[in-house]
Amino acid sequence: MVCFPETAEQVAAAVTVAARHARPFVARGSGTGLAGGATPVGRPVVIVTTHLNRIVDVDATSRVAWVEPGVLNLDLSRAVAPLGVHYAPDPSSQAACTIGGNLATNAGGPHCLAYGVTAAHIVAVDVVLADGSATQLGGMEPDQPGYDLRGCFVGSEGTMGVATRVAVRLTPDPPTIRTLLLDFVTVEDAGATVSGIIAAGIVPAALEMMDAEITRAVEDFVGAGYPRDAGAVLLVELDGLDAGVAAQVDAVRAVGLAHGARTVRVAADDAERALLWKGRKSAFGAIARIAPDYYLHDAVVPRTRLVEVLQQVYAIAAAERLTMMNVFHAGDGNLHPLIVFDAREPGIWERVNRAGDAILRACVDAGGVLSGEHGIGLEKRDAMPMVFTPDDLDAQARLRDAFDPSGRANPDKVLPRGSRCGELQRVPEGAWI
Amino acid sequence: MDLTATRTETDVQAAVGTAGAVDPVGGGTHRAVGNPVLAATPVAAPVGIVSYDPAELTVTVGAGTRLGELDAALQAEHQECVLDGADPTGTVGGLLAVGLSGHRRLRYGPLRDRVLEVRFVAGDGHVVRGGGPTVKNVTGYDLPRLLVGSFGTLGVLTRVILRCQPQPPSVGWFATALDPAAVRARCFQPSTIFWHPAAGTRVLLEGHPDDVAAQARAASLLPADGPPPRPAGPHQGRISVRPDRVEALGHELASIGGLEWVAEWGVGTVHVAAPTVAAVAAARAAAHAAGGWLLRTAGAPELDGFGVELPNGALMARIKAAFDPHGKLAPGRLPIPHPEREAS
Repeated sequence: MVCFPETAEQVAAAVTVAARHARPFVARGSGTGLAGGATPVGRPVVIVTTHLNRIVDVDATSRVAWVEPGVLNLDLSRAVAPLGVHYAPDPSSQAACTIGGNLATNAGGPHCLAYGVTAAHIVAVDVVLADGSATQLGGMEPDQPGYDLRGCFVGSEGTMGVATRVAVRLTPDPPTIRTLLLDFVTVEDAGATVSGIIAAGIVPAALEMMDAEITRAVEDFVGAGYPRDAGAVLLVELDGLDAGVAAQVDAVRAVGLAHGARTVRVAADDAERALLWKGRKSAFGAIARIAPDYYLHDAVVPRTRLVEVLQQVYAIAAAERLTMMNVFHAGDGNLHPLIVFDAREPGIWERVNRAGDAILRACVDAGGVLSGEHGIGLEKRDAMPMVFTPDDLDAQARLRDAFDPSGRANPDKVLPRGSRCGELQRVPEGAWI
Repeated sequence: MDLTATRTETDVQAAVGTAGAVDPVGGGTHRAVGNPVLAATPVAAPVGIVSYDPAELTVTVGAGTRLGELDAALQAEHQECVLDGADPTGTVGGLLAVGLSGHRRLRYGPLRDRVLEVRFVAGDGHVVRGGGPTVKNVTGYDLPRLLVGSFGTLGVLTRVILRCQPQPPSVGWFATALDPAAVRARCFQPSTIFWHPAAGTRVLLEGHPDDVAAQARAASLLPADGPPPRPAGPHQGRISVRPDRVEALGHELASIGGLEWVAEWGVGTVHVAAPTVAAVAAARAAAHAAGGWLLRTAGAPELDGFGVELPNGALMARIKAAFDPHGKLAPGRLPIPHPEREAS
């Protein structure tokens, strides 16, 4: 059952009807999520938010906008552009994904390195809880008394209720932006440059890496002027005020050259800057020319172990005879191994899935986490015990139950079955000492 | 009080498991913030910097670590956590528990944005870890943000991972008679704008020295020797109000006899202090009239710490019960309706 509410009241009514019939419900925006958080499981009422797509209010002085959850990420930034502000989180799907979906998955994007992920940009949320009641979490005041319910709700992937209106922070446009493309013979050199930039006291607005395979694929597709023979390229964006940005451009150039950069290209104007970004953002279009299907992973490792884990990723691909490309947020250690394949090939899914599991294991063993920006959803639900103890998962399950005692808000997502210690025969009180 | 008995996470577990009610205690610098803990056994968190890798821009510390010790370690590597705690003898865990953001919030965001991972002992004695060691992470629910500002009522923080950043190349305080809104419009990302109608506007700019100088020129700012003096007095509070109501609230506060105050423009935080409890009570009334609230931060024992009912109190009570089913942790500190009371 699918409904398309146009008002918050209709959302509440849909949730109430679901409650009356003891049916689960799942909210869905544009459906661009990659972890299956909005995938219907167990015959839920699907609440599609695409008709809740109004920008309700923009306060240029307080730099806050109230929007409905179905507003597209890029539409919001375009709408507020005349005010000299933008919405900072910029996932690759920003032309299609909704603010509600961004909120649910705590979405990221290249510019989250300097500006933070979605959680840092949500001021308040109007929500409908699983019992059909409506309330506001967070608020316009800088602090609310009591627990940070807004913070809990962001990234909860629809398991705590449905957002009906979201207050987002707007970020002033930086006066100066410079974008650099550095190319290297090896990913090791590119990785050392990433660490060197941070060590020089610079946190770029964005710091993206593309390996040899994807660089070639993108260049063939877009013609952005990326060197086709590079072992890896770095796309570095620096923003702020004139003198600081100029000094950082010089510093990044010096760090790159010290680590074997063959060329350092600084975009001369906005058109060239846009072209360099077009290469990065067209990566997924480019791979369609190579094979019809892809599986995009998302995991984070400590920045200093990036290259080492990348080598393991290549070894895993070789062992499974898979084509693997890497285009990712190097600055915050957020890997996105991309397996490119043809699903019609017999037995391919087993190899793809086995490789995916091995990649996750390698990331976790390096001290990383399961997801940097896509979320857990269904995809990684059963991997949660790789990074959390039974007690950790029990605490998360209790938090979820506090929001939704009925367990009907997007069930079977995020937490694996058995997360509640009670489900496993809880240890008697006091016995743990 | 001797708190040296609880110095490891296992000690904290044992204390939470065996004592009746427990009172998480750090440096004792935030005891007057909010409501006092009812009778309870004090428990201290582990002390010390566990690991610090400047290249990762993260630091792992025992929650009992003094803010001054952490600042010194970061400063040696030209980094900072932007905790901006008022008192270096306070602890990391204590500051996070009360959740008081520092004065550079306008640029760097609230305190809770700095916390990547928390470890704590929940009310049932189990150790729980939430969040993760990397700056980017959406693995599971955001327990770090939940714990920040929870006043020790959901768990005793034992260890946290904080996000660091490079120190700015230069910083400068400036004074101006300009309207603070004009300052904000003319400067890119000022770190702080302190405002008081009589004392004027003080601005903190950070960045490349040439940029700081150029911004100051563009907004007609004059060099100042530092931030404005903090409001002083035995009775203190912190108002939280919509940023666009600060100016109107300020004019109300100006009419309260003996009250000293300064506002964080663009944020909505107003620090107040007074020689009398009555003046703080009047400031609270003004805050309520402006749609905000006042957290008592020092003195004023006659006043309730919060002065308002918690929004979504029933939901908060369920969260409290989920983490502390027997109500052992910091009883009385937050005005959360007790689940048994709620049920009865």
